[in-house]
Formats: sequence, structure tokens, C-alpha cells
Amino acid sequence: MERRLKLADHAQTESLALRVQFDTEEQQKDCSTLGMWIFLITELMFFGGMFMAYTIYRQMYPHVFAVTSSSLDAALGAANTCVLLLSSFTMVMGVRSGQLGKRKAIVMWLIITLIFGCAFLGIKGVEWNNKFVEHHVPGTDFHFEGLSQGEQGHAQIFFSLYFAMTGLHALHMVVGVGMLLWLIMRTRQGQYTADYFTPIDLGGLYWHFVDIIWIFLFPLLYLIDRHLKG
Amino acid sequence: MTDHTNKHPIDSVKTYAGVLVTLLCLTVLTTAVAYVDLGEFSTIIALAIAVTKMTLVALFFMHVRHSTMMTRLVIAGGGLWLAILLFMTLTDFATRSWLGVPGR
Repeated sequence: MERRLKLADHAQTESLALRVQFDTEEQQKDCSTLGMWIFLITELMFFGGMFMAYTIYRQMYPHVFAVTSSSLDAALGAANTCVLLLSSFTMVMGVRSGQLGKRKAIVMWLIITLIFGCAFLGIKGVEWNNKFVEHHVPGTDFHFEGLSQGEQGHAQIFFSLYFAMTGLHALHMVVGVGMLLWLIMRTRQGQYTADYFTPIDLGGLYWHFVDIIWIFLFPLLYLIDRHLKG
Repeated sequence: MTDHTNKHPIDSVKTYAGVLVTLLCLTVLTTAVAYVDLGEFSTIIALAIAVTKMTLVALFFMHVRHSTMMTRLVIAGGGLWLAILLFMTLTDFATRSWLGVPGR
């Protein structure tokens, strides 16, 4: 009875948690989650093309790719993976605080996530800077020691893919950092309650997705040819 | 108040912490095993560990284990389409040298 009354006049009592076009809060939440996943699938296809290009060029020039990928700093890569996994944990703790409606806890966890996200970008910046110092950035200054003149071009393909893939990933991280700042601001304004924290939930999905991309980038770019070098 | 909370149960901190520790251990494992010469298996093991990590993140952190059938179907569909992209392109590149025709 109470439910029927609620449905009858919810055109007048529209809330963030229950817009007029939905029957129930749960239906609205499921729709938002589904929509976010569809967006993430488009991102998956977008990154998938780059992984495909990397796989093909690695097959074409296995020797050059083994030498060049082993020149990346695996310790920094592993450290960054750990930073990102920690940030995913703090993000999901933020979402959990949202489920519980604990505003202060949400803000705290999101700020920690933000710090980890910035730490990741900082470490990434150090790595990129090293590439410039080592002349490993594709262009006229490019030189990879230990490879023949003919192989320099193939080495540039590896580093082009490296910068494109890590760069695109880092761009997603920057967007994620902006998103976190916005979510922190909105939470502090008191926008979210245990009944409505969908933006935090969906922001979490985005953050974890970017984490998953790195979970694949790290072994494929840094690790799989390591044993051939020694 | 509503059945909302029953449908999307709140996971314990312990669960999330357990997943985090597993993910960190797998990161150490994949890094360490990369220095061991396993031949072709290096790539297979690295990818197997990465897929395991992805599954853990998706199931627990992204709440796929609590998600609706519709969402799961969409995720599976996305995976299928990615598989088509990878598989069809690789069959092309892997078989180009089989025939001695121009344009390979």
C-alpha cells in the first residue's frame, strides 16, 4: 500500500535517487550501472585496438621488441602497479562508505585514492623523463644502443606504442583525478546519502577499469621478454 | 527500508582487504617469474596472471558478482567482441605467408 502511494505521487516527489521515468530506485540504479558498463565496453574496444597493434608488431620484430621492452624499468612498473591496486582498494572502500552513507569516510577514502592516483602519474612522469634522457623517444634524436641501423626504426615502433599506450592510460588517470576532485566536492556539499551515491559507484567502476588496463599493460610492455635478455 | 540493500549486499572490509593482498601477491609473482626462462610459457603465464587479476578486480571491486544478469550479459558480449577483434586479426597475420602471392 505504501509502495503504491509512493509510485502514484512520485511525479511530484522526484528525487535524485528516483527520477520520474523510473519505477523504483533499484531499477534506476541498475540502469545507471548498465549504462556505465556499456561505456566501459567502448573503452575496452578502443584499448583493444592498441593491444592488437602491439601484438602484431611484437610478432614482426621479436628480437627488437625483446631488447627494447627489457630496457624499461620493471621495478618502477611493478611499484606503479602496486600503487594503482592500492588506489582501487581505497576507491572501493569509498564506494562502501557511500553504501553506508558515511560522508566523512567517503571524502577520506576518495582523497587517499586521489593521492595514489597522483603518485602513479608522478612515477610515470619519472619513467617518461628517463626515456627523454636516454634518447628513447621516437623522433630525430632517437638512438637505441646495441641495435643495428636498420633496427632503429623497429625500436621506434616499440617506443611509439609504449608512449601511445601508457600515454592514453595516463590520460585516463588524469580524467579520473578530475572526476575524484568533483566527487569529493559534491560529497562535501552533502549530495550523497546511503540512498543515492550512484556517481561514486560509477566513478569507482571507471577507476577500476583503468586499473584493469594497467594490469595488462604492465606484463605486456615490461615483463614478457625479460628472460630473453639475461 | 527497501529491498535495495538486500539485492546489493555490502561487502566486508575483510573481503576487500583479502582481494587487495591477493592482487599485490600476484603482482610480485608475475614480476619475479618474468626473470625465469620459461620460453613460450612466459607470455602465457603473464597473461594468465593478468586475467586472474582482472577477474578479481571485476568480481569484487566492480561488484560484478552482485550485478544483474543484463549487466553480466553486456560484459560477456564486450569480451566476445574483443575476442573477435583479436582472433580474426591474428588469423589474418598468422596465415599471410602461407601462400606465395603478391601483397602478403
